[in-house]
Amino acid sequence: MTGEAIAFYLLAAVVTAFALGCVLASNIVRMALCLLGTLGGVALLYFLMAANFLGAIQLIVYAGGTLIVIVFGVMLTSRAYGTKLRVRPLEMIGAAVVTLALLAGLTAILVRTAGPVVSPSTPDFGVAQIGTELLSTYLVPFEVISVLLLAVMIGAAYLVQPEKK
Amino acid sequence: MANFTVEDALRSRWSASAKPRAVRTFAVLGIVLAVAALGLGYLASSAPGAGYWLAVLGTALAGVAAMTCLGAAFVIQFSRLVGTWLFRLAFLIFVGGLVGIALLAWVPALLYEQVDAAVADHYGAGATGVLTVADLEAVGWALPTDSIEVRRQGAVGWAPPTDSIDGRGKAVVGSAHPTASFLAYALWPLQFRLTRDILALVGVVGFVSLLAMFTIWWERKVAGRMQSRLGPMRVGGWHGWAQSMADGIKLLQKEDIYLEGADRPLFKLAPYIAFMPALALFLALPFSAAWICRDLDIGLLFILALAGIGVLGVIVAGWASNNKWSLLGAMREACQMISYEIPLGFALLVPVMTTGTLRLTAIGELQAGGFHTWLAFQSPFTLAAAVLFFTATLAACKRAPFDLPEAESELVAGVYTEYSGFRWSLFFFAEYAEMFAVGALAAILFFGAWYSPLPANWGAAWLHGPLWQRALYGILFNGPLWLIFKGFFFLFVQIWLRWTLPRIRLDQVMYACVQVMLPLSMLVLLGATFWALLVPHGSMLAVVANLACTALGVGAVLAIIGIVFYGYSNRRQLVGTLAIEHWPGS
Repeated sequence: MTGEAIAFYLLAAVVTAFALGCVLASNIVRMALCLLGTLGGVALLYFLMAANFLGAIQLIVYAGGTLIVIVFGVMLTSRAYGTKLRVRPLEMIGAAVVTLALLAGLTAILVRTAGPVVSPSTPDFGVAQIGTELLSTYLVPFEVISVLLLAVMIGAAYLVQPEKK
Repeated sequence: MANFTVEDALRSRWSASAKPRAVRTFAVLGIVLAVAALGLGYLASSAPGAGYWLAVLGTALAGVAAMTCLGAAFVIQFSRLVGTWLFRLAFLIFVGGLVGIALLAWVPALLYEQVDAAVADHYGAGATGVLTVADLEAVGWALPTDSIEVRRQGAVGWAPPTDSIDGRGKAVVGSAHPTASFLAYALWPLQFRLTRDILALVGVVGFVSLLAMFTIWWERKVAGRMQSRLGPMRVGGWHGWAQSMADGIKLLQKEDIYLEGADRPLFKLAPYIAFMPALALFLALPFSAAWICRDLDIGLLFILALAGIGVLGVIVAGWASNNKWSLLGAMREACQMISYEIPLGFALLVPVMTTGTLRLTAIGELQAGGFHTWLAFQSPFTLAAAVLFFTATLAACKRAPFDLPEAESELVAGVYTEYSGFRWSLFFFAEYAEMFAVGALAAILFFGAWYSPLPANWGAAWLHGPLWQRALYGILFNGPLWLIFKGFFFLFVQIWLRWTLPRIRLDQVMYACVQVMLPLSMLVLLGATFWALLVPHGSMLAVVANLACTALGVGAVLAIIGIVFYGYSNRRQLVGTLAIEHWPGS
């Protein structure tokens, strides 16, 4: 077993543990931190696969995202009264259906595309190449996503406006 | 000095209470044990079976005990003789030690750089060829790299010293120059990535610890002088230089308190979430083109990502404390961080767009040609971006005037209220480490990185000269010393601002971000884009803008020097006589 494989299995175990913690915790701030652990672990997996740019972006985006989840968690739930999140049986069945469908889909994709996993061999595959590709080959999807995000931002800003009397 | 200080305590323990009797006892005991060890060793050489192993064990134990006793006797006697002088000269010894360590670390690094370049010449950048001790000797004596004979042996790494045998089967080691051979042996382990990584990690941890201890003392001295006080004066003798060490010992001894209602695991974890990223970002922070642990192609993004995680530690700390003041501090921190990340990001995009890379060493290398080539002076927009970046990092580091999460006057101590001892000190280690890191980042991105204001090509001839010329080149033109100097300069500006500006209210913080800095940073980004598109490098407009911005920068530096001289010449009115009398050298 190579060092890379050992690191992968260790990281995978950590990610799984944090994911379980995220589902099982009943306190929203702890949940958010477990989520951060999961996403950070995935970022480390990216670093392990020499996808440095993806790893760093994962950390930046999700660290900020988790921050906002924590803020909402603190603002929306009051610790003083010990609010705990409980799941009703009906909700559990719905969640099970959705997750099983997702699992089946992912497994199908994995089985179909599974091949020998190779480490990236080109040393110059870096952030510069990603930037060039984004602004040449994938320019249209990139711009579409940008416009979509802009629309989302405008919508959010419109929604939080105080009502005019 | 009437007060009893750490110095007094140490002195009394080592010199006053340690009577000559103790020395004699230890010395006699040590000699007896040493004789016993020798006797047992003699027995061991002839005893059969189990007796042999017993005798060996006895020899080892007696030997260790003898060395301990003799060592103790020596230490006590030594401190009795020089104890008083030791404490009087402690500061000089401390500084001398630091300089010595720095030089010791530097010379092998310079040599190593040369060796690495030789390998790269032969095998291409990034490859590790096979060099022998003979090659290292050649490098040690600064011969031209052409004379280095590199033999490829298929193995990775240089051949170990024992393998270096020349064509006639004669060992090369130690044949020509004994000193060079010694250097070669000393440098040989440096070829391994593992050795270099361990050295780098130890260096980073050591640097961050020393940095935090020094900066806390420095900040207290600066604050004192700005308020016509003296600051710490007692511990260590010379201007209280050992104050941070004494504080550190005190903090380590304190009880680790947590509240009944606190979220215990998160409360205990939070200081580490704050501290570890602050430490880890030094792994990607270059101190010079060669002095970097990992030269990532996304170095800038990596540092930003880690800084973002460090903020979470502060917020978790505030939440887990289960205290209104702490929670308010944490919410302020979150609010401030989310808002100021945007202008910070826009300001960072400007140098990235100008240089076209996220690799910090590459950005630094572009600014080698003297102070007019520094990135901040390239166009009005890069200069504005530098100012915006510095302001936004003040908010990101929770420094005044944006130190709302701590806000001693309103929130007791904000997020740090419930912390004590070691965990409390971790937050401050993280804060000072981040302060230096953003200062160094400002220097790398905008102010010439590790280059001095002199154009580096003036010293190009020295780069291939003998060792002393290369060392001088490292001091005068290009080297980690310059980055550390610039980092400390920006650290000083942060301290200076903290003790000059009042803390602003939260709504003012948000106003400053959303209404002022955000539009400004967008304008700067837009302007920098059009500048890059419309103003070709070397055109009339570019040259004029470069000259004007450089003049502005030089003017700012001259103004600071002028203010310092004005302050010094009017020191009796400005600082008061108490501080003047304790001025160093007066």
